[in-house]
Amino acid sequence: MLTAEEIRKIDHEIALVPVRKAACIEALKIVQEHRGWISDESLLAIAAHIEMSAEELDSVATFYNLIFRKPVGRNIILLCDSISCYVMGYEQIYDHLKARLNIKFGETTPDARFTLLPNACLGACDHAPTLMINHDLYKDLTINELDEILKTYK
Amino acid sequence: MEMPLTQHISFNRPPLNLNDYAHVGGYQGVHRAIKAMTPQEVMTVVQESDLKGRGGAGFNTGTKWSFVPMNDAKQTKYLIANADEMEPGAFKDRLLLEGNPHQLIEGMIVSAYAIQANTAYIFLRWAYKKAARLLRQAIDEAYAAGYLGNNILSSGFNLEMHLHTGVGRYICGEETALLNALEGKRATPRTKPPFPQVSGLFGKPTIVNNVETLSNIPHIINKGADWFKDLSPGADAGTKLYGISGKVNKPGIWELPMHTTIRQLIEEHAGGMKDGFKFRGVLPGGASTDFLIEEHLDVKMDYKSVAAAGSRLGTGTMIILDDHTCPVGFVHNLEHFFAQESCGWCTPCREGLPWTEKILLSIENGQGRMEDLELLEMHTKYMGPGSTFCALAPGAMEPLQSSLKYFKADFEKHINEKKCPWR
Repeated sequence: MLTAEEIRKIDHEIALVPVRKAACIEALKIVQEHRGWISDESLLAIAAHIEMSAEELDSVATFYNLIFRKPVGRNIILLCDSISCYVMGYEQIYDHLKARLNIKFGETTPDARFTLLPNACLGACDHAPTLMINHDLYKDLTINELDEILKTYK
Repeated sequence: MEMPLTQHISFNRPPLNLNDYAHVGGYQGVHRAIKAMTPQEVMTVVQESDLKGRGGAGFNTGTKWSFVPMNDAKQTKYLIANADEMEPGAFKDRLLLEGNPHQLIEGMIVSAYAIQANTAYIFLRWAYKKAARLLRQAIDEAYAAGYLGNNILSSGFNLEMHLHTGVGRYICGEETALLNALEGKRATPRTKPPFPQVSGLFGKPTIVNNVETLSNIPHIINKGADWFKDLSPGADAGTKLYGISGKVNKPGIWELPMHTTIRQLIEEHAGGMKDGFKFRGVLPGGASTDFLIEEHLDVKMDYKSVAAAGSRLGTGTMIILDDHTCPVGFVHNLEHFFAQESCGWCTPCREGLPWTEKILLSIENGQGRMEDLELLEMHTKYMGPGSTFCALAPGAMEPLQSSLKYFKADFEKHINEKKCPWR
């Protein structure tokens, strides 16, 4: 079941496009914004509302990196592992995060505080290494400041 | 030296709002184009300026526009700004998006007028959160000032503009894949022809231009084609945003005339290599371009010169390989990216890229065999231009084929010593 708020936002997006199905990515984003991830139940509800098959919607949902089809933690750490960050030593940042959080890429801490994901280029290559937590971009990272950064996310 | 694109960009303050932008001559391009020029005249001046697409392909922008069928005035048409910058090592459009969003919006209004499109989209990559906020604000201001919406400047021309933020995937930057993403589909590329100029978004004529390309348009309208050509001392017109990342003293981004050499960029603008690090090679235009090496340092960074040296200008954002970084590990990192970002639609790319990634990893880990080098060479042919559905895999093969040419001894050392000499 979608909430009234979710339906209102999705209908706003549907009104902007000539074909109803064209709003499906926006709908996935809206529901994920509210619930953190897209469960099977959410997927079925969105598909019914958009009037497309659940299979087709799932093919879209699983195509994009940032639609989560598994539960994620309250805070998402996206560590850039692309070339400029590789040259500038993202692997040391990753080692430190693994040791601190005791999780690898693709995993969530048992208290659901953090999910750690690799991420393709964040577009701040002149300030590598970089990572993003939720909406915040951190540049010119050093291991020394990582613990302080993590502390601000509860 | 004129720097039209970045002259009003400063990071000591927020970007100019509409009033301040107008105060320094902003939106004059819209006034001039809509009030004093026909759409055809706008198209002609852009074509004559020889502005080439700054997303990497380098095709004449005005010529691209001229493929839009203009005979049916009632036909729905679309203009799209490709702001999906996701090529590893590329960060130039971020500067324009965060630094002067009104310049992009003005360029889009003029471009939409030229092709008589009444709907425009900015396709922005999800990671550019700050740009999204600033663009939303700027679009609202443009509506309030009457530069967007119905009957712009009492001309009868209407334009709606929407910001679409993506949900990740490199392939969305490919223009036909971008159209599928905007239509709410998997972002697999489409067959060409038909080209998007004829049958694009929702089957309607569509122009997709890069952010840097569109940001040049107001200046060309205001100052003319000859002025634009004169910005550069050589055959390719205009300025270019150049960027450098890697072990240099001052990584960054600069607007300079086309034809600036690689050496000037590294030594004068990026302050040279960091102490203790030597230059070994460079990807001149992002992750999908061929390596150039020391003998190419005096190559001019324009479309023709970089191509003559065996690579591509691409996005103009360079990634430096230094002597403390393993070339095999470097190329493995690139192929990991491309394998992961393949849309999976065509077999050579879907199967070939993970295969090259695995071979490179085994060499990097000291488990490689000499015959693996032939296998890698074979893949660069099987995934070369013409063998795949779109340009992703051929782009992925460029750094691989040139690394086998310039750094073969490093590959062989890994195999002979059964370990990575850098680890």
